[in-house]
Amino acid sequence: MSDIHRTIEAVWKIESTRLIAGIARVTHDIGIAEELAQDALVAALEQWPEEGIPAKPAAWLMTAAKRRAIDALRRGRMLEQKHGELAREIEFQQQQLAAAMDNALDQVIDDDVLRLIFTACHPILAMEGRVALTLRMVCGLTTAEIARAFLVPEKTLGQRIFRAKKTLAEAHVPFETPRGEDLRRRVESVLSVVYLIFNEGYTATSGDEWMRKELCDDALRLGRMLVELLPNEPEAHGLLALMELQASRTAARRGRNGEAILLLEQNRSL
Amino acid sequence: MRFMMIVIPKGYETAAPDTTPKPEDVARMMEYNKALQKAGVLLALDGLHPPSSAVRISYTDGKPTLTDGPFAESKEIIGGYWIIQVRSREEAIEWAKRAPMSNNEIIEVRQMFEMSDFPEDVRKAAEGFEDIPNATAAKK
Repeated sequence: MSDIHRTIEAVWKIESTRLIAGIARVTHDIGIAEELAQDALVAALEQWPEEGIPAKPAAWLMTAAKRRAIDALRRGRMLEQKHGELAREIEFQQQQLAAAMDNALDQVIDDDVLRLIFTACHPILAMEGRVALTLRMVCGLTTAEIARAFLVPEKTLGQRIFRAKKTLAEAHVPFETPRGEDLRRRVESVLSVVYLIFNEGYTATSGDEWMRKELCDDALRLGRMLVELLPNEPEAHGLLALMELQASRTAARRGRNGEAILLLEQNRSL
Repeated sequence: MRFMMIVIPKGYETAAPDTTPKPEDVARMMEYNKALQKAGVLLALDGLHPPSSAVRISYTDGKPTLTDGPFAESKEIIGGYWIIQVRSREEAIEWAKRAPMSNNEIIEVRQMFEMSDFPEDVRKAAEGFEDIPNATAAKK
């Protein structure tokens, strides 16, 4: 990979989550949002090597994606009857207003990224689908990177992601942050995804250690994001603390001959 | 991978001992710090008192000699740092590019050693190091 491509990939790692989340606010479908974001990335890969990395890459990517989003919406609208289109427009605007007022009243966390995380970790998805979507959309990993980390062929992982998006779309899972009693259950769902990712990295055997250890770092990163987004959820703080404790014990996990040592047997005096 | 983003502010080498950052600079920095935090990459950040209140220790055959700051011959002084955890050197550089630095400030991006970077004999010698409190990623 050339220097510029590595740099663009780094920019993507930084910007993609907020980009997808921001687009999803418009499309209400994280699968479509991700595709539009990927379109923006393709445009970036085409233009940035020529023009240089823009001063504000986030804004550039969002503009590129929104342009395509509006095009897609227009194309969808053009297939409808004119009066139907108008009625939907008005209804949509009214819903927006009502939603904004609802949020203000319930003091629900109004953050697109949080919505994205909750949606990607939705309990309707199989665990492997939640993990794949989260690593892809919230951590900005490529399909290849996720496939390598989970020791599956790239094609298999691509299908996993495709199926997960399809399930969300077909079930009309709304792009929203759960509220009230549902919030607790959904937070648990998110944290279990994060912990599973961490464990995959933590229990990696020596053959694939380096690649899979990075999963621990990805899980820690997710944990930190969640503590920021859900500061009043003690479980989020607890999970982060647990993961950091376990990660710091990594050095003690290898015996003299590289064999794995169970946590119980580790030399606690170290 | 962990990286330290070291801030080298020109002029800090002659700053008075009671120098503190300006509120508007701090405000500008807080937005960046929040972005690092929200992205889940921030491990630690600190500002350092100027060298005028610092002390340098040099060693001759194990015998230490103290010199009080400021240090006339030092042209580049560390003003502060961030420690971030990212997936690649390029990502660390991209974050550093986004830092709201003024014209007379430089950021140096340095990778931090992980235990896995070291050969077996070095790791053996360092056995137990990772479990010293705060020796690993600081929690902010």
